[in-house]
Amino acid sequence: MTTPLLSIQGLTKTYPGVVANSDVTFDIGEGEVHALLGENGAGKSTLVKAIYGLVRPNEGTMLWRGQPYAPNAPAQARATGVAMVFQHFSLFDAMDVAENVALGMDNPPPIRELAARITEVSNNYGLPLDPGRMVGDLSAGERQRVEIIRCLLQNPQLLIMDEPTSVLTPQEVEILFRTLRQLRAEGKSILYISHKLEEIRALCENATVLRLGKVVGRADPRQESARSLAEMMVGQALHQPSRSAAEPGKVLLQVTALNLPPQSAFGTALKDINITVRAGEVLGIGGVAGNGQDELLSALSGEVRSDRATVQMAGEAVGHYGPTARRAMGLLCAPEERLGHAAAPDMSLSENALLTGAWREKLVDRGFINWSKTRAFAERVIETFDVRTPGPHVAARALSGGNLQKFVIGREIMQRPSVLVVNQPTWGVDASAAAAIRQALLDLAHAGAAVIVISQDLDEILEIADEFAALNAGKLSAPRPVQGLTMDQIGLLLGGAEGDSNVAA
Amino acid sequence: MDLTAINPVVLIATLMVAATPILLAALGELVVEKSGVLNLGVEGMMIVGAVSGFAAAATTGSPYLGMVAAIVAGALVALIFAVLTQILMANQVATGLALTMFGLGFSALLGQAYVGIVPPRTPKLSFGFLSDLPVVGRILFSHDILVYISLALVVATWYWLNNSRGGRVLRAVGENHDSAHALGYKVKRVRILAIMFGGACAGLGGAYLSLVRVPQWTEGMTAGAGWIALALVVFASWRPWRVLAGAYLFGGIMVLQLNLQAAGFRIPVEYLSMSPYLITILVLVIMSSNRGRTSLSAPGSLGRSFHAAG
Amino acid sequence: MLRLEKRPSPSQAWNYATPLVAVLLTMIVGGILFWILGKNPFEAIKLIFWDPLFSEQFAAYSRPQLLVKAAPLILIALGLAVGFRAGIWNIGAEGQYIIGALCAAAVALAFYPAEGWYIFPLMIIAGALGGWVWAMIPAILKTRFNTNEILVSLLLVYVAEKLLAAAATGFMRNPDGAGFPGSRNINSYGPASNQELIANSGMHWGVVAAMIAVLFTYILLQRHILGFHVQLAGQSPRAAKFAGVAPSRLVLMCLGLSGILAGLAGMFEVSGPARLITIDFNAGYGFTAIIVAFLGRLHPVGIVLAGLLLALTYIGGELAQFMLNLPASAIQVFQGMLLFFLLALDVLSNYRVRLAFAGTTKEAS
Repeated sequence: MTTPLLSIQGLTKTYPGVVANSDVTFDIGEGEVHALLGENGAGKSTLVKAIYGLVRPNEGTMLWRGQPYAPNAPAQARATGVAMVFQHFSLFDAMDVAENVALGMDNPPPIRELAARITEVSNNYGLPLDPGRMVGDLSAGERQRVEIIRCLLQNPQLLIMDEPTSVLTPQEVEILFRTLRQLRAEGKSILYISHKLEEIRALCENATVLRLGKVVGRADPRQESARSLAEMMVGQALHQPSRSAAEPGKVLLQVTALNLPPQSAFGTALKDINITVRAGEVLGIGGVAGNGQDELLSALSGEVRSDRATVQMAGEAVGHYGPTARRAMGLLCAPEERLGHAAAPDMSLSENALLTGAWREKLVDRGFINWSKTRAFAERVIETFDVRTPGPHVAARALSGGNLQKFVIGREIMQRPSVLVVNQPTWGVDASAAAAIRQALLDLAHAGAAVIVISQDLDEILEIADEFAALNAGKLSAPRPVQGLTMDQIGLLLGGAEGDSNVAA
Repeated sequence: MDLTAINPVVLIATLMVAATPILLAALGELVVEKSGVLNLGVEGMMIVGAVSGFAAAATTGSPYLGMVAAIVAGALVALIFAVLTQILMANQVATGLALTMFGLGFSALLGQAYVGIVPPRTPKLSFGFLSDLPVVGRILFSHDILVYISLALVVATWYWLNNSRGGRVLRAVGENHDSAHALGYKVKRVRILAIMFGGACAGLGGAYLSLVRVPQWTEGMTAGAGWIALALVVFASWRPWRVLAGAYLFGGIMVLQLNLQAAGFRIPVEYLSMSPYLITILVLVIMSSNRGRTSLSAPGSLGRSFHAAG
Repeated sequence: MLRLEKRPSPSQAWNYATPLVAVLLTMIVGGILFWILGKNPFEAIKLIFWDPLFSEQFAAYSRPQLLVKAAPLILIALGLAVGFRAGIWNIGAEGQYIIGALCAAAVALAFYPAEGWYIFPLMIIAGALGGWVWAMIPAILKTRFNTNEILVSLLLVYVAEKLLAAAATGFMRNPDGAGFPGSRNINSYGPASNQELIANSGMHWGVVAAMIAVLFTYILLQRHILGFHVQLAGQSPRAAKFAGVAPSRLVLMCLGLSGILAGLAGMFEVSGPARLITIDFNAGYGFTAIIVAFLGRLHPVGIVLAGLLLALTYIGGELAQFMLNLPASAIQVFQGMLLFFLLALDVLSNYRVRLAFAGTTKEAS
């Protein structure tokens, strides 16, 4: 038996009150692409942080090519030959690619030399990068390249990738896979963290499945089906949201030729967007982050105004209305950023209920706030949506991500909107809360509202949406019925091709 | 009113002297802001530097020792700001204001014993025959050492920020402190050092006022120079060469207005002395209304507190 | 090694305790400062804090002064606090105070020597309007051109001071004043005079105005939707935008309010305790009010207490100056230290201090 590149034996890591990893054991061989599978909260991040030297395990050992390996800091891990590409990039928008790469390296060469190496290495691995470009101008996929090049320039033996494809279009995923396969051919190993089962089956030859901190299965993904892998990951059947097919009613929201310049130095412009949603319908807008989702939500919520007739609700022009006026008309929104945008972190849940509910719930009388009514409204939201919290007096920042999201979405749903727009409704939310939120959205549609779900999670859209449109670089594709849509078609739409009949399946 | 009494060569030479305190303070504050910190205490640091430098110079008889004392004093006072904002997470605006108020009071207290005293003279450097050249000699080769230091500092700051590893790290910290932290850079340490540098520069600028430009000690003698330095950083779009241009422009206005007063210009003294402040406001407005450019140059994390979670 | 851990919810207990502890610490360090200056620290502290209120020798004179000094501080601080809560930093209250006084004085001098009940109310309006206009400059520059209001309002203070000097020596100079700078005595001009309402209490119309302003601000912040928007904008600007708060309207309202209150403070001061327009009419109330606002935790009730406390330090400081030869600037240092300590202790409301032993591996974020 050849010595594995990295051998993890009995690794355990606990934090006060929670066991993140319990007795984890597995090996990564040389020249192997090894998948680490598991749902949110399974312990993947903690395990990987231990390998990269960001945390010290309480128990267990790690062996690098048979020798003890216990890094105290990422620099030590890098010196040994481990590199990591995080899910959230550490980049500097106002600096160029070369400087960004230099900042991520331990001993960067002078910039001119570095720029030449960046060009060379990036082309070599099929991820071309121009060292002189401002990172803020790059697409999400290109930004990931900067992170990858940072790692590759330090000649790692093991490359850890944490949810790398969450920001990529299907075409960009293919490019990335080509690069990873090239690395494998060179004898390097990759530890690939993901919950995208199809990708794992396409790329990896070995997989370790974690659930609640423990190893619950090992497999060769090429021999497994997505279903069998999923069963290992979850261990229990999740409640499938029930879809009741209803006849869509009249048009409740109409957006015509919405054009908006970028709202900030590195923002995305919206170009000629057309949307029509009817009562009882759920429109799913898919797209990788950074293609205009936030801008679209701001344009719909009224934070950014447009021409009068650009946005119409049941025939009435509301484009020039601000958020309060649109709420009065029944158009409600839930932005992506929970703390700081949808809710004020240091304010209580009652105050946050007042934030959007002031008008529709009649919480303000001639300018004066009715605090008891506000509290009652907050309590109703908490109860109806099963928000786990001691009470409405608690600050928003004290809630867990899932509970806060339930509150934020529940707050809007309880105001009986005629149109509801949500951006990333279940991002970073645990599985049961996510299922509850999705069901609530479906129930709302069933009750006659028009719902727009903007989401990076294609599975989510396919689950609850009736129609699908793709948002790419600020342009929205023509909506198509979700029934019968293939992944290839979706991929092309996300990549910018206008979904016509001449799309090759 | 006799405008011919105003000699342009002398005007330029004196404007360089007038601009130097603000130039020094503004350069320091530029580095601080590039690291993502807004220190409104520049006025306080300058005046503490002014009084410390004066006191040290008067006591030891050496203006140069005074300048060293001013640098140390400015850095120490800045350290208070650094500890409060970086370690104790205090609000940067309020702390900067507190620093200014404290500095004004503290310097008044310290300076009581030195009112009316004449400080030791800071000699003008001589470059031999170069200093005797017409026009150029007076403008370029007949200043005291601090003018040259301030110009060298402009070059050094520009070079260091753009071409050195340390400068890159500082810019990164100011641009996105979360990313910088994730990459392992010590955000707080970088900022504390930057803040102390800013204090040292402001202190030196203040000492220049009390030892060379005026030269004497009066309570509140900075008269808003620190605030103007802050404004300078904004309308220089955080670039060292533009700070130089702005400082000299401002110095020019100040000196011109004094010359006009002396030449008997028929506007009452008070209105003429308002002009530097009004013009600063005007330039600020012009620079800020160009929204796209300003937001691109401002460091992304400017003014935001950094706390490493966990 | 000390480590800071963010609290899940802000600590109420520390919110109340911080100002008290800050005052205590300032007394201690201030005492050390006085000792370095060669004065008996206990005597100095007693002179500053105790004697003005309770001493047989001084209290009769000092106690009424408390309200006199506190009223402008409270008035200005209330306006500042509303703005500060919204993240709108009006640092130029001193300038708005001066301009308010100048406008009110202008009205009084214009009517001199006529009689009429309407003169005083007109002065009030003029004072409020003057302060309002001076505050509108940074407000409009911010909303139209996105110019930093801190710098503009500050620079305008210097401009206002020059205007004051021009007025005192020029266009407002007393024609009967034998050539000395300074305007006519407004306080002795009956209809314009801001007299004491209750003899020897120090309570003049300015004090009444301050009390009304406290009530007004309290209701605004606690019970009115505008007050809610102010706090929301200061805490989470993005959430405020989402809630429909128009940022420019907020800027105009907050700066306008503080301008009006500062202008009123100036008006009551020039027609009352200060008596007339002079070159050094402004006593730094606009800046001390910033300390009052923070010390009072930006809360109306807190501001009243903080205003009284800082007024006490002014009066006590004068007493210490008189009795111990303590320099006036020492009090300024004292007040600056108070703000420092307050800001330093503020951290405890939002963070818990933990002792971490050296050798523990750095935990990742």
